[in-house]
Formats: sequence, C-alpha cells, structure tokens
Amino acid sequence: MKKLSVKSVVAIGIGAALFFVLGKISIPTPVPNTYISLQYAIQAVFAALFGPIAGLLIGFVGHTLIDATSYGPWWSWIIASAFAGLVIGLVTMKMDINEGIDTKKIVRFNVAQAVAHLLAWGLVAPCLDILIYSEPIEKLFAQGLVAGISNILTTGIVGTLLLVAYAKTIVKRGSLNKED
Amino acid sequence: MAKAAILSYIKRDSLVHELTGTTKLIFFLAWSIASMVTYDTRVLICMLLMSAVIFKVSRIRVRDIRFVLGLAAVFLVMNNLFVYLFSPEYGVGLYGSRTVVLTIAGPYTITLQQLFYHLNMTMKVICVVPVALLFIACTDPSEFAASLASIGVSYRIGYSVSLALRYIPDVQREYHNISQAQQARGIDLSGKDKLFTRMKNSVAILLPLVLSSLNRIETISNAMELRGFGKNKKRTWYRLRKMKRNDWIAVAFVLAVLVIDLVVTFWDGSRYYNPFM
Amino acid sequence: MATPIISFKDYGFQYMAQAEPTLHHINLDIYPGEKVLIAGTSGSGKSTIGNCINGLIPFAYPGEKTGELLVDGKEADKSSIFELSHTVGTVLQDTDGQFIGLTVGEDIAFAAENDCVHQDEMKQIVNRVAELVDIEHHLEYAPHELSGGQKQRVSLAGVMVEEVKVLLFDEPLANLDPAAGRMTIELIDTVHERTGAAVVIIEHRLEDVLWRNMDRIVLMNEGRVVADMPTAKLLAGNFLMEHGIREPLYLTALRYAGVDIDEKIHPEHVERLTLTDTQKEMVRNWYQRQKTYIQGQDSKEELLRIESLDFGYTPQSRTLQNVSFTIHKGEMVSIVGRNGAGKSTLAKLICGFEQPSSGAIYMEGRNISGDTIKERAARIGYVMQNPNQMISKPMIWDEVEMALLQGNVPEAERKKRVEETLKVCGLYPFRNWPVSALSFGQKKRVTIASILVQRPQVIILDEPTAGQDYHHYTEIMEFLKELNGHGYTILMITHDMHLMLEYTPRAVVFSEGKMLADTTAAHVLNDPALVQAANLKETSLYTLSMACGIDEPQTFTECFIGYEQKEGR
Repeated sequence: MKKLSVKSVVAIGIGAALFFVLGKISIPTPVPNTYISLQYAIQAVFAALFGPIAGLLIGFVGHTLIDATSYGPWWSWIIASAFAGLVIGLVTMKMDINEGIDTKKIVRFNVAQAVAHLLAWGLVAPCLDILIYSEPIEKLFAQGLVAGISNILTTGIVGTLLLVAYAKTIVKRGSLNKED
Repeated sequence: MAKAAILSYIKRDSLVHELTGTTKLIFFLAWSIASMVTYDTRVLICMLLMSAVIFKVSRIRVRDIRFVLGLAAVFLVMNNLFVYLFSPEYGVGLYGSRTVVLTIAGPYTITLQQLFYHLNMTMKVICVVPVALLFIACTDPSEFAASLASIGVSYRIGYSVSLALRYIPDVQREYHNISQAQQARGIDLSGKDKLFTRMKNSVAILLPLVLSSLNRIETISNAMELRGFGKNKKRTWYRLRKMKRNDWIAVAFVLAVLVIDLVVTFWDGSRYYNPFM
Repeated sequence: MATPIISFKDYGFQYMAQAEPTLHHINLDIYPGEKVLIAGTSGSGKSTIGNCINGLIPFAYPGEKTGELLVDGKEADKSSIFELSHTVGTVLQDTDGQFIGLTVGEDIAFAAENDCVHQDEMKQIVNRVAELVDIEHHLEYAPHELSGGQKQRVSLAGVMVEEVKVLLFDEPLANLDPAAGRMTIELIDTVHERTGAAVVIIEHRLEDVLWRNMDRIVLMNEGRVVADMPTAKLLAGNFLMEHGIREPLYLTALRYAGVDIDEKIHPEHVERLTLTDTQKEMVRNWYQRQKTYIQGQDSKEELLRIESLDFGYTPQSRTLQNVSFTIHKGEMVSIVGRNGAGKSTLAKLICGFEQPSSGAIYMEGRNISGDTIKERAARIGYVMQNPNQMISKPMIWDEVEMALLQGNVPEAERKKRVEETLKVCGLYPFRNWPVSALSFGQKKRVTIASILVQRPQVIILDEPTAGQDYHHYTEIMEFLKELNGHGYTILMITHDMHLMLEYTPRAVVFSEGKMLADTTAAHVLNDPALVQAANLKETSLYTLSMACGIDEPQTFTECFIGYEQKEGR
C-alpha cells in the first residue's frame, strides 16, 4: 500500500472530527426517532476530495468515536460507515473537483453514494449483524432500508449542494468583468 | 460551550487508570471480540460479572456516566422492541422448541424461547458497555495514537486519530459559532420547515464549515511537514508508557477469557447454549 | 564578512496556479545571528519569501523559480522540507493550526518524535526548551486551556527542539492582544540572545515589532525588495508610507510637528529617542497650535441599554459580571480588553445567541430579553471576525439576498433592497461575481452587506480588521465610518488600540468579565492603571508627549488624531 500523504493524514483527522461533531447533532425528521445524518454528506464530500482510504477511515474513526462516547461501539454499523466511504472514494476517484464540476461528475458522485449506501446498509450492516448478534433478518432488512434511504437522501441533497458550492468557490479570476 | 453530555477522559487514580493505553486497547478489542462471538449464556453471565468488577475497580462512579448509561438503555429497549415486533417467533426457530407463556394478539405471543433469546442478546450488548465506557473514561487521549502504533497500526493512521481528538473541540466551537451567526439570518435547522428546506439550509452552515476545515487541513499539514512528520518509517512517542507487571497480567487475563470463551462456545458445535433441549 | 545563512540571488518565483510571478529578482542575504524584519502589505510577496526559506515552496506549493536560493550553503530546492527544517524553524501565524499535539508537552515533542529520538532524551529536550520559553509549568495543558500568547510560546518551543540556525516568524502578532504581542516580541528577543540563531520576522505591524531592536528592515512591494537597510536609516526615510506600511505613530507625530527625522535622533524606538531641546520645543509648539481643536459630540438619544448583565457558560463560571452601559443613536463605540475578557460573549448576549443569567437588554427603551435571535436580528446585526465563517453562498448576490429569502420578502422588494445594499457597500459592480474572487476586505464588505440588507439599527463587528495590513485596515474602517455617517450605530470589539483611538470617540473596557471603564478612547490609553488591568498597551504618543514635557498626554493624543482626520491621509 502506498504511504498516506501528510495531507491525507490530516484530512482523515479533521474529517473524522467533522463526522463526530455532526453525528452528535440531531436534526429531527418527520419520521419518529430518525434523524438527518449530516455526517454522511461530509464523509462523501471528503471521500470525493481525498480518496477512498480517507473516506474509509473518516467513517471508521468518526463512527467509532460517536459510538464509544455514547453507548459502546456497535461494530457492524461502524464497518458499514467505513465501507460506504471506501466505495464513494473508489467510484469518484480521479474526478478532480478542483478542476470544476459538471453534470457528469454530479451524476457519478450520486451513483457512487447511492450504490455505497445501498450496499453498506442493505448488505454489509445486516450481514454483520446476523453474524455477530444473530438478529432476525426481517428487522435488520427494515432497519437497513430506513438507514440506507435516509443516508442516500441526505448525501444526495446536502452532499451534492456542498460539492457544487465548493467547486464554484474555486473559479479562477480573469473571466470576470465589473458591471455598472 | 459544548453543553452536550458526551463521555470523555475522567482523571482518577485507579488500577485501571494505571494500565497503559496499549493494555486497555488490547483489553477492549479482545473483550469486544469475545462478546461478539459468543451466544453462550454461561459465558455471557461470567463476562457480565467480570465487567461489573472491573467497573468497580476503575473508581469511575455511575453518576459520572449516568447520561451515557441512559442512552445505552434507550438503545437496548428500542432494539429489543424492534426485534420482537418483526420476529416474535425468532427464538423458537433458534432453540427448536416452543413454550408459550402468554398470547397478546394475532401472531404476537410471548414464548419462553423468545424471552431467553432477548435475554442473551441484551447481555451480549451489556457486557461490552462497561469495558467500552471505561476504555474511553480511563484512557488519556494522549496515549491513543501511541497505543494504536504499538499494536501494529501504521503511525500515520494512529496520528490521524489523535488529530481527530485534538480538533473535535475546535470544530465543535466553529460549528456553534457559524450556526449562531446563520440563525441571525434566518437559518434554523431545528425549526418547523419542510425536510428538504431544512436540508438545504444546513448547507448554509456546512459550506463555511467545510471551507474553513479545508483551510485548516492545509495549515496543519504544512505545520506537520515543517516539523518533519512522515520523514521516517517509524517514530517515537512522548506519551507511550512502558508495560509493567499489571499490564502483562491484564493482557494475559483478557486473552485467557477470549480463549475460554471460544472453547466453551464452540465445544458442542453451536454458538447457542440451549437449556430447552 | 561572514557567509550568509540565507542567500537569495536574483531569485524569482511563480506559483503553479498563477498567471504572474509573485517574486521578481530578489537579492537578499541574511547572516548568522542577525535580526531581520521583512515588512510589506498583503500581496507584497513577504509570506512567499518565508515559504521559500522553509521549503514549503517548492515542496508543498510547487511552481517555477528563477535564480538561486542558498540556505546554509545548500541549494534550497535540491534539499527537502525535512532537511531544511533542521536549519530553519518556522512559527506560523495560526496558533491553533500548528498546535498539533493534545497537550503542550506532546506538541513540543512532535519534531523529536518524528526524528525517532529516544523517550528519555526527548523528555529532557522538552523540559529544557519549555523552560527557555517559560511554559514548563503547563506541559499537561490542552490547547483550549491556554491563551493565544501561551500557544505561541508552545509553537516557538516546538521548533526550537531542533537546534536551528534560523527562526522564522510568519506574522506572529496577527492574533494577539497588544500586551501579549509585546510579550511575544520580548520572548523572541530573549530566545535570540540565548541561542544566537538568526531571527526573521515577517510582519506588517512595524511599531509593535520594533518594541525590541531589529538590525535591519527589508521592505517588500509587489514582489520586489524596495528597501533593505538598517532600521534607523529606513525609518528616517519616507519608504514606509510610500509602500502602504504604517510608520510608528511617534514618528508621524514628529513629522507633523516639522521635526526632521534622521538617524541621529534614534528613531528605532520611542524610549531611545534623543530629541534636542529645539526639537522638543517644536513638538510643544505644534501641540499648542492644535489644542484649539475640539471634538464635536451631539446626539444623545438612547438606542441600546445594557443593564446589570450576568452570564456564565456553566453554572459555576461567571464570564460576565454586572455589566451596564448605554449606546446612543449614531455612535461608534469600541469594546476593548484582552482575549477572553468576555467581549465576544457580550455580543452573543446582545444578539440573543446566549441567554443572560440575570439583567436585561433594552432597545429604544423596550426590554428585548424575550425576543428570539431572528427578531433581534432585524434590529441588531452581528458580523463575525472571519468572513469565511459567515459566507455560505458561492455568489455575492445570493449571499446578500439570503436573509431576505429566509424572511419571505417579496421578490421585487428583495431585488430593490439587495441592489441598494450592494450600492452602499460599493459591491454593485461585482454583484454577479463569486465570493472567492474577492480580497479579504471585499469579503468583509459582503458579510457586512449580508447583515445590512436586514436593515438593522446597530451593527456589532467582532475584530473587523484583525490581521489586515494598513491598506485593508483603512479600507474597512473608512467604509464603516461611512456607514456610521449614514446613521448606523456601530459597536466594535477590538484589541487594536489605534483603531479605537482613530475611529471611535468612546470605548468600553473589559477585563475578566467585568466592565472596567466607559470613557473616551484617548483617556483609556493614557491611564496606565487601566492599560495594565485590561492588558492593553499605551501608545507611543503617550511616551513621546511625556518626553517632550507635555504633561497632558491624553489631549496630545486627541490633537494627533484630530490633526490626522483634518489633514486627511
């Protein structure tokens, strides 16, 4: 494995800190006991900017810290979070957002995050739960569905808006003229 | 400033505190694995008792972590409820017999087997909780990175965990400041707006947060490079403590627990202890 | 002569992403043990010079260079950032960004850890260095338990772990209050004496740096060295004002009085100034002529009244204690005091972000304690210190419009108000630009515009000019003065003493949560007891007036400010 660059090390640290802070903020939704998980939008954006390893570790470290400081780690879900970051990072690799953003890139980002969260919450988390906690498959499936859809929606809306706004902030000078 | 009750390091003098971060990390990981693997009631009861003893030794008081325990309780109740609602007969399938205790309505009967399954599942979660909480409450965050490195994790990854711990308060403060200033401009996430509007509004807080985080990443990585981070394959640690006698005892103990756990659990070829057969 | 430790030879540099070179034909030698100040406005290339010396250029910021740069005899761009770090220790501007460790001890040890130094030896090194910068009693402290000045000590200790030959400081005073800044300069001086390392300070706050002797000043402008000479000689010339750097106030005052500034009067420092009796006489005469100037004070209509406010973030702490004062319509008032004195907390209470434990806030006589953040925002605008923390839309128009959109203002009205506000703020020609294309000062305008669009009566600004050079400082402050002229009441939280003197007739002084004084700005700085209690710093005008036998330093300061405003800068 290639050595992590210093910048990636820092991006993972700060990304995990953001993941943690946003994960501790609960923004209610109309569905009882369900919250908007803004941390997944940030994770997706960082995965797209800093790559799959950063995405994976931001999810793993961030989620572990959230769990460990509230009720003890629930490993299957932690691994699912890490997995989602990895997949988004892999699919969006070499998508150089710093060079600007277009519809193609937005579609790719959203395909990446939708696939990632579907697999993470529809497959990885339930399978691990069955393996570790031997919970009934119906419950896990329903739970995964709710989590997956909610994360896809959050990342799709908030993550996309963030990414587009970020790309707009790095527009180069030169083409700009003052208007009267 | 941050009023949210979250668990953090609680400095005390105790046997548990004296152990090195490395020991506690190994203990925590082995204990987690042991509890995840087994569904054997006898093992779970033993682990539960032991974790209670460890908790006592740590001199962390229940009221220090009251809030966290409350969260864990809510989580457990909800989880049990959902499992029951979706599969009220799951235990029957698992233990291969059916002893009805009470019929509620429709498919919802309460069987002895289902109750036993719930008991086991709950114990499985509960026996990790004290150890996990103690790991956080009794380990100086400064030791995390060094501990991770000493069990073979790359120091780069270890250091990113340390950076996360270092900058969580800063990020929290920044989020707080930004969201207050945006509230004055009408952005409110807890309001009664539509879900989509609220998500869109959250971008008004997240964008400045992300942009300033990216700046922060740049400054920190410059500062780290200027002081030679990443130049060697290894690095030493200011806060790594040497393993002492008690550390080795603790490590040996937890490894023994893990081995016994595996043996007892799989002795008869099944994870489950079945009193109904 | 000795061989230079740093030597630029006809050096030029262009960042990869930029169309124009940032540095042109730099010829600059720095000798072992020297103390050099590199001054210049933002964008003059002074920080780029620093980044070349420590290797961030070209290793972190690639680009194209011409000419040659030798650091300790070796070509810098053939070396590596790690190798250079053994010769050059860099203290960056952002004290939080470079505090990487979880505690002071760890942060100091960071470089030694990376060098695989054995733990026992490392502990010795940390203790020795910590003692040198006087932080040895705080080794277990976390960054948030330290003041800005203490964090800077830690940063300095962190680079001194290596026995470096050059200590490089990139704008070390930017985030410090006046007293902490003065202590930093003293500390740098002590370290210089004890280690003999060359010291290079990059800073535009010239007068503050010159609190201790500097051998030489290198003045930069538009990527070129425009002056490189001993401190006294440079100050005697007219270089500073020509290139957008504010010269020390006492020198400006002497010029106003018609005194010729040459090296003979020792212009480097106000304490060492040797004025002849004739020259002192000239200052006294000027003072007598100016004394007739009287400051006009009219409106006394109450706008905002704070009454015995108490507040603590936790039940035990008391961040603010029994604060009371009144702001009148059309006033421009400074709120001053050291970092952590409770100034920003006060602003948060006024805006309703936090709730006081007791006391009340009145707006035009009505108690607004029960009003929500949003209700208060319609009358009180709050502008954060860092515009980057406030701007949440990529485009200027959208950013200014945001609050109106949230408030469901009809479109026609919205358009009208945004246009009006943009015009007031001089941003109308840029209305369709992305925010990122603007300078810091312009961004600040955008944040102010985004508040003004809600038409508040009072605007509270947190450190409006922190870290800005004289040009941007003037730009921002003149704009605020203009707004004040339009009838807006302005409250400024600041630790810039000159800002207070120059722009706000009145100042409210805080220290450790208590209000120490509510008086004229000139009075604040001429009351040594108050200055000390609030961690402020008297201006050099005070010292100058005393030296010239004028025993009314307060009036002298007022005359100076009055003269500057009258003559126009």
